[in-house]
Amino acid sequence: MIAEYLTLINWENISYLVITILKIVGISLPLFLTVAYLTLAERKVIAAMQLRLGPTEVGYKGSLQPIADAVKLMFKEFVLPSASSKVVFVIAPLMVFVPALIAWAVIPFDEGIVLADVNLGVLYLLATSSLGVYGVLMAGWASNSSYAFLGSIRSAAQMVSYEVSMGLTLMSVILMAGSMNLTDIVMAQQGLWYCILAFPMFIVFVISILAETNRAPFDLPEAEAELVAGYNVEYGSMAFALFFLGEYANMIMMSAFTVILFLGGWLPPLDIPIFNAIPGVFWFFGKIAFILFIFLWARATFPRFRYDQLMRLGWKIFLPFTLFWLVLTASVMHLMGVA
Amino acid sequence: MNIKQLIKQFLLLDMLRGFRITLKHFFSKKFTIMYPQEKTPTSPRFRGEHALRRYPNGEERCIACKLCEAVCPAQAITIEAEPRSDGSRRTTRYDIDMVKCIYCGLCQEACPVDAIVEGPNFEFTSTDRKGLVYNKAKLLKNGDKWEVDIAAMLQADAPYK
Repeated sequence: MIAEYLTLINWENISYLVITILKIVGISLPLFLTVAYLTLAERKVIAAMQLRLGPTEVGYKGSLQPIADAVKLMFKEFVLPSASSKVVFVIAPLMVFVPALIAWAVIPFDEGIVLADVNLGVLYLLATSSLGVYGVLMAGWASNSSYAFLGSIRSAAQMVSYEVSMGLTLMSVILMAGSMNLTDIVMAQQGLWYCILAFPMFIVFVISILAETNRAPFDLPEAEAELVAGYNVEYGSMAFALFFLGEYANMIMMSAFTVILFLGGWLPPLDIPIFNAIPGVFWFFGKIAFILFIFLWARATFPRFRYDQLMRLGWKIFLPFTLFWLVLTASVMHLMGVA
Repeated sequence: MNIKQLIKQFLLLDMLRGFRITLKHFFSKKFTIMYPQEKTPTSPRFRGEHALRRYPNGEERCIACKLCEAVCPAQAITIEAEPRSDGSRRTTRYDIDMVKCIYCGLCQEACPVDAIVEGPNFEFTSTDRKGLVYNKAKLLKNGDKWEVDIAAMLQADAPYK
């Protein structure tokens, strides 16, 4: 038995392992940095829309602010509430953060540049993005605080509700692409992106990801007016930082998801030589930045939804509408003889 | 709900208008003033830290009429006076409790010789209350320090008095 396992330790396997780990580090380290600077971008963008300047003191025009914030959080004391359920309390932030990271395994940055080119990429992304709910629920439950508990219930209900319409939106994209492999979905958009072909679905999806990542105007879980900070009230120090990183990593991940599904991934907007000369990775990141800007833009523009409005939008408008569109897509494709 | 409203809602027209407004602000000029480095301009009527002024020859203006002490609604001013050796009436004590003071500017208006004025300075914090009880020496020193600015303020506001 042991001898069998020992035969696995050969040069080929070890080098494969090392290269995979390097790839993972190569994806996650820039991601951490992007998350850090997304917080700065958020503060700057919202400040600009409110005619303020935002952080300006640390580094050139506040460019080192995220580093200062991170250092501050690291040196803070980690407080474990005495009434909390200790193990769950510690695990919960990781449960939020890790799914946001592992989702990047299937995201194709350019043709062939992907860690795991799995055929069920869409399903994998949907699954990992749903896993974050458990972290939120665990955090709310383990904190043993009514604010945290209410916040986590809201958050869970919201994420579950919008996953339904998100799933149905995905279905119509999958129908059109004829594949659940993310690379295939991008390649199917050559010529015409799905954001034009299925424009209403694009809008629904963008609104859904706002709700899915608990971002304004759907940031009810952290409604500071009534819930202080929602499910993470009892957290401080690095545990809080992990929630924060998780939320922002999720935003970036969802933006990447949107770009792949609707904005043609790494494909340039027009198939002309000048655009083709720019590497696909730049197009990909540029589009992600655009979606992220919409996230921040929406936060600066809209007041928070009321809880019943949120639920009404999810169940009574998005669900029937996406369902209708799914049937419409299927019918049109059948009549055109595509599938 | 009529059909027009329904269409308007489904096309998210109001949302788009909101987006347009925030985007417009995103590119417009910002209002922020970086306070210690930049300051907002102050009016000639600005009522800041008090000062006792002097005549150009160095003689103090105050003639110890005690009008300011009488008019002060917060009773922040305390004056004691006696004749000087040259026969003129001068204060021996002129205290302003800056904690009591409500910065109404009535002392400045009451003064017949423009001796007590409220200058442009608003940065005179202190770490204890003692530092905010000003005596005559401190007020005269303030007058010497801010004379240029105070004279400019008085001159700018003179046509409206």
